[in-house]
Amino acid sequence: MMDFGFSLSKSSTINLDTVDTTLYKKLCDMEPDARICMSCGSCSASCTAASFSGMSLRKVILALQRDQDVRPMLSNCMLSGKCTMVCPRAINTRHLILTLYRIYDR
Amino acid sequence: MKENIVIIGGGIAGMEAAKQLLVLGYNPIIIEQQDHLGGHVSQWHKLFPDMTSSHELLDGLSNQIKDANVFLETKVNSINALGDSYNVILNNGVNIVAKAVLVASGFHLFDAAKKEEYGYGVYDRVITNADLEAWFNKRADARIPEHPKAVGFVHCVGSRDLKAGNSQCSKVCCTTAIKQAIEIKEIFPETEVYCFYMDLRLFGKKYEDFYINAQRDFGVHFIRGRVSEVGETIDNRVQVKAEDTLTGKPLKVTLDLLVLMSGMVCNPRTNELAEMIGLNIDDDGFLKSKDNVYTIMESNRPGIFYAGACTGTKTVPETVAEARAAVLSIHHYLTQA
Ligand SMILES: Cc1cc2nc3c(=O)[nH]c(=O)nc-3n(C[C@H](O)[C@H](O)[C@H](O)COP(=O)(O)OP(=O)(O)OC[C@H]3O[C@@H](n4cnc5c(N)ncnc54)[C@H](O)[C@@H]3O)c2cc1C
Ligand code: SF4
Ligand code: SF4
Repeated sequence: MMDFGFSLSKSSTINLDTVDTTLYKKLCDMEPDARICMSCGSCSASCTAASFSGMSLRKVILALQRDQDVRPMLSNCMLSGKCTMVCPRAINTRHLILTLYRIYDR
Repeated sequence: MKENIVIIGGGIAGMEAAKQLLVLGYNPIIIEQQDHLGGHVSQWHKLFPDMTSSHELLDGLSNQIKDANVFLETKVNSINALGDSYNVILNNGVNIVAKAVLVASGFHLFDAAKKEEYGYGVYDRVITNADLEAWFNKRADARIPEHPKAVGFVHCVGSRDLKAGNSQCSKVCCTTAIKQAIEIKEIFPETEVYCFYMDLRLFGKKYEDFYINAQRDFGVHFIRGRVSEVGETIDNRVQVKAEDTLTGKPLKVTLDLLVLMSGMVCNPRTNELAEMIGLNIDDDGFLKSKDNVYTIMESNRPGIFYAGACTGTKTVPETVAEARAAVLSIHHYLTQA
């Protein structure tokens, strides 16, 4: 191929036609409350790890639905459970994170 | 003799119903536990979407229901079925027999102190939407500084919150927050105003215009993130933390005043009333209508009707329309029986 001095970068479009949600579905099977997250951000706002590490459970739940790798974020979780105290949808967020660890362990 | 109709609750729903019942030739009897009519609307200053004066609206209505019987500072002691009628015994010893009873007992404002993380009743600079309306009316509240540099509004306080026991959206508070944000900007043009929301619900006629106004003409900042905690600074201001979900970053801001948008929740006294006579309660704690599409004014008991916020969160125009609909239902019920 001729070199024009630039290259095409991979499209950053999220294509819902082809997105793989196997992991998200697996999470929902084991932790049905994952479905009722309304992306309010209370968990991330109260997160002890968030401001230094970029951990955000809100983003994790969304990213899984978009087939993005959430392991870098999850690895920063300190399991403090503060998020569980604040979630207005009463999701057991700490438990949900532990379930995700279990899914990735397999 | 004119037919008695008992109205429990003298808020805007009960007042409007009394007015229409008088026109139709009935004898409405309002039972109100407070020392004045008007309910919650009597605490507000100006009503969205037209910035109607609450007090002018209520004064006009009061004039039109002069011929109604009104019992103030009165409660229902008991209510029993008596043939095709109801026997309503009041705590002042009065006993009323009526073929139709209209329940218009409204809602309760969520007690913001229950959300401890927001510091209502703990920090000096934290007030509620109702406190702010009271300040618009009276301009006296030591918690509101003379020249606030920054003011914040927290949406959904006690609403859409399973932990607070209320899954419902209160429906009026997004518009109220924006209305109050604009009013603050009118009084304090130099103040920065922030609204912390999860979703903006501006469903009614002209409500979206408030949003556009607030953005374009008043520069109100909208932050999409639910406030997770509030703390006091050494200089007596409050620091608010949330996630700015649109940039995905933790956010904090220091404010001179934080206004909590307390939601509309069910009135526990209504539930006592419902128990006396076997009315169904919905899973949100409000009275359960026959259905929520066509017969929202009808209860599960013949002769007992509903109007206004006793069945769920309502705006004033919805409440007034329901009061009129309930009166027509009562009229049909009595004339067809
Ligand atoms: C902060 C805030 C601002 C608002 N601003 C607006 C606005 O600008 N525009 C708008 O359209 N809507 C607004 N609303 C909504 C409005 O307040 C309601 O639609 C309205 O108050 C409903 O009227 P109601 O008569 O059904 O109930 P209420 O106003 O609650 O009145 C019920 C009455 O019944 C009495 N009562 C209750 N139980 C009993 C009993 N057992 N015995 C005797 N009496 C009893 C109460 O004392 C009260 O007087 C606002 C709501 C809130 C929370
Ligand atoms: S606090 Fe709960 S509802 Fe809000 S973003 Fe986190 S998990 Fe979702
Ligand atoms: S109207 Fe707005 S502030 Fe009120 S409960 Fe609904 S979403 Fe929250």
